[in-house]
Amino acid sequence: MLNKKKNKLLHFWRTVDVPVVAVLFSAVIGAVLLRISGADPLDAYRALFQGSLGNISAFGRTLQKATPLIFSGLAVAFAFKAGLFNIGTQGQLLFGALAAAMVGFTVQGVPAWLHIPLALLIGALAGGLYGMIQGALKAYTGAHEVITGIMLNYVAINLTDYLTNGPLKDTTPGNIIARTPLILETSQLPSIGAFPLGFGLALLVALVVWWLLQQTTIGFEICTVGNNPHAASYAGMNVNYTLVGTMLFSGMLAGLGGAVETLGVVHRYQPGFNVGLGFEGITIALLGKTHPVGVILASILVGAMKAGASQMQFSAGVDKAIIDVILALILFFVAADVLIRKILRYRDTKGEDVILSTGWGK
Amino acid sequence: MFQWKKVFKSVWFFIFLIFLLILWSYFHYPVVTVAVLASALRQSTPLALGALCGLIGERSGVINIGMEGQMLLSAFLGFLVSVWTGNLLFAVLAGVMTGALTGLLLAFMSVTLRIDQIIGGTVINILAFGLTGYFYQVGLSTKGKLQPISLGPLQDIPLLGPVLFNNPPITYLTLLLVLVMHYLLFYTRWGLRTRAVGEHPRAVDTLGINVFFMRYANVVLGGAIAGLAGAFLTLEAVGSFERGMTNGRGFVALAVMIFGKWTPIGSWGAALLFGFAISLQTQLQFGGLITIPHQFIGMLPYLLTVIVLAGFVGRARPPASIGMPYTKE
Repeated sequence: MLNKKKNKLLHFWRTVDVPVVAVLFSAVIGAVLLRISGADPLDAYRALFQGSLGNISAFGRTLQKATPLIFSGLAVAFAFKAGLFNIGTQGQLLFGALAAAMVGFTVQGVPAWLHIPLALLIGALAGGLYGMIQGALKAYTGAHEVITGIMLNYVAINLTDYLTNGPLKDTTPGNIIARTPLILETSQLPSIGAFPLGFGLALLVALVVWWLLQQTTIGFEICTVGNNPHAASYAGMNVNYTLVGTMLFSGMLAGLGGAVETLGVVHRYQPGFNVGLGFEGITIALLGKTHPVGVILASILVGAMKAGASQMQFSAGVDKAIIDVILALILFFVAADVLIRKILRYRDTKGEDVILSTGWGK
Repeated sequence: MFQWKKVFKSVWFFIFLIFLLILWSYFHYPVVTVAVLASALRQSTPLALGALCGLIGERSGVINIGMEGQMLLSAFLGFLVSVWTGNLLFAVLAGVMTGALTGLLLAFMSVTLRIDQIIGGTVINILAFGLTGYFYQVGLSTKGKLQPISLGPLQDIPLLGPVLFNNPPITYLTLLLVLVMHYLLFYTRWGLRTRAVGEHPRAVDTLGINVFFMRYANVVLGGAIAGLAGAFLTLEAVGSFERGMTNGRGFVALAVMIFGKWTPIGSWGAALLFGFAISLQTQLQFGGLITIPHQFIGMLPYLLTVIVLAGFVGRARPPASIGMPYTKE
């Protein structure tokens, strides 16, 4: 009985060992770096912890920061399954955020239970259609999705900039900033206590993604196309449809992330407010090894670091940028699990190679 | 039968068309044409260097999406050395060395540790962003930047002279590097081995060539070239460092490399096209020639790339073993 329990514990440890050790190592290296640059690592980490998990409202902030990351992380992870590297999540997220804001301030006289889903849906569609451009170009002209994604990101930045400075500009007297008007109260995504509703939605969407990939024929086709498009084509799957559909759905996830951020946090669209959320999706997807649960955990970790960073800067006087250094180290150690297993002196140092990038040019 | 379709799809047709366009524009607006072309060349320099870095690694089978970080870190260290020593040559060397070291890190991650190569690149990107942000200090200044060197009588050739033969050193070096890399990759034993390692490492290994060494060497060399691109930014183009100053150039270089189908000359052409679009945008924006919102001009280079890529270039085929770590049996 006791033995069995011990076994279970060991098994549990074996599944979480690498991430836990990775975070510890990274924290230690980060501490050394802080020490070298003349800061007090303990002070910094204490402030970081208090700002992210220290009390209920801090924890709420962590979840709030994690929410858009879950969406963009899922978007990147989902595309990876079909062998596509969706580097265009940033652009899709911007369009999702802007479209949701448009629904938020233009549609009037609808109750919240209709207004919020409508804004979310339009946001998701905006992101999805924008992502679909990449998929269609890839499928029918062979244009590489990494190039088109990078280019369309810049197009999205310029276009949303123009819209918020022109046709959609906030016309409140005295406003000179490029931004849309505030969204109506009926479209604002509330928090229950400190718990942001958007986070719950993110968990739900992660479940849908997991179900889609693991339990449906569509998911099977996506993974088959990702593993070997030739075999998929030979087996009678329509590879082009799958590519376009995957990018549509991936874009929808990113767009939804932008929409939730607009409805739940910013309450309007303003250039400069969603910067990096899409790009960070890449980090999240890689950190979570493209598994929906991994994506959620990675998002909470990164969300906590982002939430605590301000407090760290404020009360310990440490520049926020150290967070990125620690994050890079965590990503490195999680990916280099062979290294960690060697350090922990496991006998089976074989560790499996996780290769996501074979779809580079297929 | 003469195939017009083939002609329209050929690269030479486009080069000829662009050539005619440049001549036409030179006869009508000589000053503007020279200014735009010269600025196009300089804008294309970091992109061409980044693409060279990427393609030499990828030809040997290692994906490099960490160029953004490699450039940023090299730009930062190059700048710091310039501040400390006041010697621009040392500063450039420091940038190149930094780039090579980041290349070594990437090679260690992807060849020795067999980490997924997209992750390896992302680690470098975030690390560089964090390190340069953390150690950034406001108010550092240098004693200047690399100045243009005019190549004597060559400079007096109309059109070509002021565009090609009156540039700062790293821009010249880039032109040279493109040719050298082309020669190296396609006409030497080293190049043949590099390409073979990227296509079919097992076969190469069987013939007694060290796959790991070839990959290490190429990725480190690529890193050094990316370091040169970083040095270009702080020591030749701007003269100072700002947070995140690479501003996505590493990613655009990635696009340029794929656009050029993993060849030095092709990538250079793609970089030039992109540089041209950027300088045209600047010209239109500040020349006051047209009055449409600046954002639409701003997206010109990016839209142009997508259209050209989708319409004319088509499917690109990467090296066969790209992204796959090699395990000796």
